[in-house]
Amino acid sequence: MISLSHYLVVSAALFALGVLGLLTRRNAVNVLMSIELILNSANVNLVAFSRFAAGNLGGQVFAVFVIVVAAAEVAVGLAIVLTLYRLRHTPNLDEADILKG
Amino acid sequence: MTAEALVFWVLAVVTVGSAAVVVLSRTLIYSAFALLFTFFGVAGLYVLLGADFLAATQLLIYVGGILVLLLFGVMLTHKIYSLDLRSELGSPWDWVAPASVAAGLFVILSATALKTQWAGAQRPPAPTTGDIGRLFLGKFLLPFEAASILLLVALVGAAMIVRRRRDA
Repeated sequence: MISLSHYLVVSAALFALGVLGLLTRRNAVNVLMSIELILNSANVNLVAFSRFAAGNLGGQVFAVFVIVVAAAEVAVGLAIVLTLYRLRHTPNLDEADILKG
Repeated sequence: MTAEALVFWVLAVVTVGSAAVVVLSRTLIYSAFALLFTFFGVAGLYVLLGADFLAATQLLIYVGGILVLLLFGVMLTHKIYSLDLRSELGSPWDWVAPASVAAGLFVILSATALKTQWAGAQRPPAPTTGDIGRLFLGKFLLPFEAASILLLVALVGAAMIVRRRRDA
């Protein structure tokens, strides 16, 4: 029988992989992908709790809001990445140090 | 093994495996296409959890919108055939700290998930779309409207950021 814990472990694995990507990747687009992994793991958690523990739909409604924020975040994030690429001709986040004093 | 368990394990392996490819692949375009399978796997988990509306939303927004945007980002910032992310972390020793942080997080989170006695009633599977719509226009009306304003602001802001300035 598949229980709540199974879903939570899958979500924890997704979250850990997203954190690993955030820490190791230098490419800005790849960092955005890792953030999407983390947001998806949070969503799996919310929907699993909505199914097993809460007994109501609040978790699913919140997951929809997370998807909305993810869409806005990736649009603005890619706009920033493209502007950075136009300025520096690299998607590498380590070279985005214009603000450094 | 019941059919539900079989489907769950297949979806879990697909989701986590393709997420690992996203993080570990050396070619950016492979990461983007592996992300497609991760999103499909998560949508399958939603179906298994009885969240039909969210599964459809996941496919429409993530696969149809966010992934296409990310692919545009890949293609506009790279020469596709000269992609090489090998230089990112030089020696294997550079992987020790990030990998241990991620592994520690995974162990702590899954130990908590497995040890806690989760209480609560299981919701019987039923169509959710109508109920979610009623919640959006009733209990969650203010966040719903705020989300629409957020989307508008993000749209205008993204267009403003990438626009070519005439004086530049």
